[in-house]
Amino acid sequence: MSAKHAVLTGEHFMNGDVAAAEGGLAAGCTFFGGYPITPATEVAERMSERLPEVDGIYIQMEDEIASMCAILGAAWGGAKSMTSTSGPGFSLMMENLGLGFMTETPCVLVNVQRGGPSTGLPTLVGQQDIMQARWGSHGDYEVIALAPNSPQECFDLTIEAFNLSEQYRMPVLVMTDEVIGHMTEKVVIPPPEQIRLTPRRYTRRPPAEYVPFATGQDLVPEMIKFGEGYRVHITGLTHDERGYPVINATEQAKLVRRLVDKVRRNAERILRVEEDGTDGAEVVIVCYGITSRVAQMALELARRKRKRVGLMRLVTVWPFPEARIRELARQVRGFVVPEINLGQIVYEVERCAAGQARTLLVPHAGGDVHPPEAILRAIEEVLS
Amino acid sequence: MRKEIRITGFGGQGIVLAGYILGKAASVYDQKSATLVQSYGPEARGSACAAQVVIATDKIHYPYVRHQEILAAMSQEGYDSHSGKLEPGGTLLYDRDLVEIIERPPSAALLAGVPATRTAEKLGRRMAANIVMLGFLVGCTRIVKKDAMREAVRTSVPPGTEEFNLTALERGFTYAREAMREHKQTQAKESG
Amino acid sequence: MSPSRTDSATRNASPTAPPAAERTALRHPKDLLLREDRLPHIWCPTCGIGTCVASFIEAIAETGIPEEKFAVISGIGCTGRVAGYVKLDSFHTTHGRAIPYATGLHLAHPEMKVVVFSGDGDLVAIGGNHLIHAARRNLDITIICVNNFIYGMTGGQLAPTTPHTARTTTSPKGNWEYPFNVPHLVASCGATYVARWTSLHVRRMRQAMREAILKRGFSLVEIIAPCSTLYARKNRLGTGYDLMKFYHDNCEVRHGADTKELDIEFQQKIAVGKFVDVEKPTFLDRIGAGRKK
Repeated sequence: MSAKHAVLTGEHFMNGDVAAAEGGLAAGCTFFGGYPITPATEVAERMSERLPEVDGIYIQMEDEIASMCAILGAAWGGAKSMTSTSGPGFSLMMENLGLGFMTETPCVLVNVQRGGPSTGLPTLVGQQDIMQARWGSHGDYEVIALAPNSPQECFDLTIEAFNLSEQYRMPVLVMTDEVIGHMTEKVVIPPPEQIRLTPRRYTRRPPAEYVPFATGQDLVPEMIKFGEGYRVHITGLTHDERGYPVINATEQAKLVRRLVDKVRRNAERILRVEEDGTDGAEVVIVCYGITSRVAQMALELARRKRKRVGLMRLVTVWPFPEARIRELARQVRGFVVPEINLGQIVYEVERCAAGQARTLLVPHAGGDVHPPEAILRAIEEVLS
Repeated sequence: MRKEIRITGFGGQGIVLAGYILGKAASVYDQKSATLVQSYGPEARGSACAAQVVIATDKIHYPYVRHQEILAAMSQEGYDSHSGKLEPGGTLLYDRDLVEIIERPPSAALLAGVPATRTAEKLGRRMAANIVMLGFLVGCTRIVKKDAMREAVRTSVPPGTEEFNLTALERGFTYAREAMREHKQTQAKESG
Repeated sequence: MSPSRTDSATRNASPTAPPAAERTALRHPKDLLLREDRLPHIWCPTCGIGTCVASFIEAIAETGIPEEKFAVISGIGCTGRVAGYVKLDSFHTTHGRAIPYATGLHLAHPEMKVVVFSGDGDLVAIGGNHLIHAARRNLDITIICVNNFIYGMTGGQLAPTTPHTARTTTSPKGNWEYPFNVPHLVASCGATYVARWTSLHVRRMRQAMREAILKRGFSLVEIIAPCSTLYARKNRLGTGYDLMKFYHDNCEVRHGADTKELDIEFQQKIAVGKFVDVEKPTFLDRIGAGRKK
């Protein structure tokens, strides 16, 4: 593979979808299985053009179910792999996203969110899949989901998603949205040597000493690549350290707890937020994705009116910054939570605030962004 | 500094490309920030089409045009639906071949037309009307440096059409010089 | 379990299992490719899947390709459990999705021989879309489709291959649907190797599996196999032995037959043989050709 072509070092003017594709390439992605869907199609289009340049494989699968499966298969074949989709396709991917968590397969899924439910608003924005990202596949698991708010972050956070997927051996979600995906801004792509990449955590043990799902302190098993003589068995059934199906409550507890704990115990290390003026604020806006940029305007409008308002942007939506919200809840009068849905992350904020501060949702059904004034009104309401 | 620009027309005129080139010139070649959002969906393929470009000296948060200071209209429909929203003291530019102005919008401090489509046709490619308009827009407003525009055009048009498009851009600059001279004379007359 | 395994590996072994060295001495040659520590398997007595696995293991040996270069991918169902018993890199995926998984693995790691081993319900019903598209793309993978005409794991429901009038728990008065003719389905989608045998034809089946594995392109071997617990019982066809006897008396070898004529009618003659064996550039061949442009 040619690293020269994989990283398009320089300053570009590109949209979020294209930047996410370039982020994947810069992270070393060599396999993309996807299915066209607005507003994520440009990710696939870019990959179909670019992957052959780096001797990678682009394949347009027959549907999103197949796309998700194909990237899991490619991961075990040794590739860093990725897919992208939007609402309906995200729903179709859910079962096999779960297979990814269960089999601890590193890969990246970019969801360029549009308005739903169902076919909804193919060309217009929504932030309605945030809870689906957390709970959409059946069973218990923890997720890592990043929410870029600019094309630059689509690039940066897709790389970060690949790194986290390798670090914790699991699919990682990039939950962007239609506005960010289709927005064009400057994207600075650094030289390859300045891009930090987490390599796949391959075992150094010989086959005879390798136990596929045995883990140490960090609860993340070492991986292998198919075809190297390890002869592993990977299954979506509840399995023991050998990878063999064991259908009983004891193994279930052991496995599922580990899958959950490997994220929960590292949550503080994984999660990323950006805060603006939260110290001494009376109201804190909690937001993510495109809404954080609209909220920033509301914040400025409020500050002009001499309101003490801060802003917390969730760069990782999952894990959720529980401890920080609890801490802020003791200091502020309330939280204002604008989202392009009728209430999702607000429940997390409310749960962590636990009655110590008021939590006010600024709902928006989707199709466009909030009027900044709506957020301003909510700030004033909390302060009144 | 934050400038909000809307370019309107119909699908196939290269409206989004015009917004792209303008944003690229500002952000990649002129040390500014720029954000382009485009109308997306069926309207980008045949009927009304618009590109919103915000150019600023610092970080751009809110990406949409709220105070439309510059409108470049390349279709009657685009003019009709957006000219009324021009900020007082704003700049209204239009393609003289495609837009008929019945009444000067009161908020327009500068109202200027350019024969963008005819110029492009004379140059041999009607497709370059957007580039003529861009030259005109930048020439009249100076929101980005001309050299930045030249660089953005050169790196954004299909390979092999660079020279042609740069010529179209220069024609736009020339028309802008004439328009601004005229505008200043009118202003002088009015104040005198 | 190999005798060279260290403590970290053996501590997981069943405490009742005899020491490794002792078992090695008692070993059946085929066991080398089975995960002995997972046996006994879950299949019913007289089920045809075991015979298919045995033939597959022999076919692998006959290809001369190193075993570590094989991967077996299964979906869900009785045949879906094959991946768990063969001592190869193996993946037991979700229901119907073995083929797209295999697609990703094959394309990311083309040196591997990727074999999808699954049942008729998994491959032809829920996974039917993947089956036809993999054939259309001419991916260089092999599909072994064990067709027992019924959903076994869930207790005997209607399959897309259940013959007309056959009874299942969800067609209690007899199936009124048209079943799929699997060889015709994949042949019409562009498969380069298509054969059908029954689990009675162990030698032919092994040979077909070997040819399919060695075929450059999309290959499918359909194996008609008895499900005595459900299919035979629901249809009063006797035991697994009776079904094998039925195959013996009613199979017609028709190499090169027009795949249109391979429908299976309830308790009628079954055409078996090699129907398609053609050369065609694969998906990866065509990608390579495209890149040179």
